[in-house]
Amino acid sequence: MMKASRPVGIVGYGSYVPRYRLPAQEVSQLWTDGNSPVPVREKSVNGIDEDVATMSIEAARNALKRSGVEPQDIGAVWVGSESHPYAVKPTSTIVAEAIGATPYTQAADWQFACKAGTEAFQASIGFVAGGMTRYAMAIGMDAAQGRPGDALEYTAGAGGAAFLVGAADEAIAEVEASLSFVTDTPDFWRRQYEKFPEHAGRFTGEPAYFHHVTSAASKLMSEMGLTSKDFDYFVCHQPNAKFPLKAGEELGFSRDQMKAGMLVNDIGNTYAGSCMIGLTAIMDIAKPGERILVTSFGSGAGSDAFSIRMLRASEPRGAISTRAYVERRKVIDYAMYTRLKGYYKLN
Amino acid sequence: MEVARYWRTTRQRYQLVGEVCPNCSGKIFPPRDVCPTCEKEAKTPFAFSGVGEVYSYSTVYQAAAGYEKATPYTVAMIRLAEGPLVSAQLTDIDDKDVAIGMPVEMVTRVLREDGDRGMLVYGYKFRPVMV
Ligand SMILES: [Zn+2]
Repeated sequence: MMKASRPVGIVGYGSYVPRYRLPAQEVSQLWTDGNSPVPVREKSVNGIDEDVATMSIEAARNALKRSGVEPQDIGAVWVGSESHPYAVKPTSTIVAEAIGATPYTQAADWQFACKAGTEAFQASIGFVAGGMTRYAMAIGMDAAQGRPGDALEYTAGAGGAAFLVGAADEAIAEVEASLSFVTDTPDFWRRQYEKFPEHAGRFTGEPAYFHHVTSAASKLMSEMGLTSKDFDYFVCHQPNAKFPLKAGEELGFSRDQMKAGMLVNDIGNTYAGSCMIGLTAIMDIAKPGERILVTSFGSGAGSDAFSIRMLRASEPRGAISTRAYVERRKVIDYAMYTRLKGYYKLN
Repeated sequence: MEVARYWRTTRQRYQLVGEVCPNCSGKIFPPRDVCPTCEKEAKTPFAFSGVGEVYSYSTVYQAAAGYEKATPYTVAMIRLAEGPLVSAQLTDIDDKDVAIGMPVEMVTRVLREDGDRGMLVYGYKFRPVMV
């Protein structure tokens, strides 16, 4: 278990979800004549002018509004994603510049498939607790790609969240402890210069997702001397609608504990943003004293688990709620989706 | 876009940073170092709130080079809350829903890319206010 030597927490947070939604039925209709069952209801799709940098900027601006912190006091801007806009050239400098944190700040891009955001968050806790900086911004954001017709195309969504980490005495919620659990498990990957990822089919379930999520979450709870009954909310990585419910059930969580953070049917799998945006939806409604267990999953593979306790109710102060982003939706068909994804060759 | 020019104008494009006139307090965007009202020197940076309303607009069907992927799209003159008029693309809105007087807010988006190998150009657009 990792516990900061000084109490650290979330002083601000914000999310972002683009406006467009592709119903999973559209994908099923095109590739299987509607015969394939759908793993989610619909997924979010980024507009033609949006990428991980622009979405991170908006989430970070929301986090700043909630915190009231001056951007010049931020000593690290870290963006975790598997869809950074450039292969070489940091996303984090674009975000740091846009939110006004430059030039005296750390900036870095993080990678670990879908847990790139939570590892940036975990490192932020240490960076702040160690006194290296007063505030650190950790972002998990993706505009995920699925090969046309592949199982991932039904779910690969766009969106994520930003967390501004600072001292617990000025925080909305304290991070009580965290734990990281990793093994070398090749369940999903994308080679250099390839546009779409590959996955190991059914192997992505038991040995990859379930093993890591439940191991990290149960070990953190037992080391803290807690059980699922001590938590008001549980949120974990959401690759589809079934996996998180099954993992939660195995860990002893009820549907009620999982409901607030479950966004996958509305926005799809937002990869590095998935459990982080679920956490923002919970923090939008959680009451002081309530406790949240968060567990990410990144292929390759690993999980980060966090126990978070609300210190006060969060005030929007002009920030846009996660619910408002989820409810802002324009449904598109597969042809428009193809256009937004840039699959048509124009010249 | 030339890299050096892109870099010099980063703050105005990403953050809507203009200038304020030390003489008459007029707000200036884009920055031009001289106040258009009193013609005195004005070099003090000023960050605009990003809130404004649509002053006029036009929908583009035949795009300029580099913007083909987004057609049709709407370009508008935005009256910023602090006074200046700025021209920008609207986003996250169907062209038929645009109206004069509509409240809008600034967002940072990809304006265009210089082909598959070139730089990504980020800057401001405006969308209907969400809060
Ligand atoms: Zn003047």
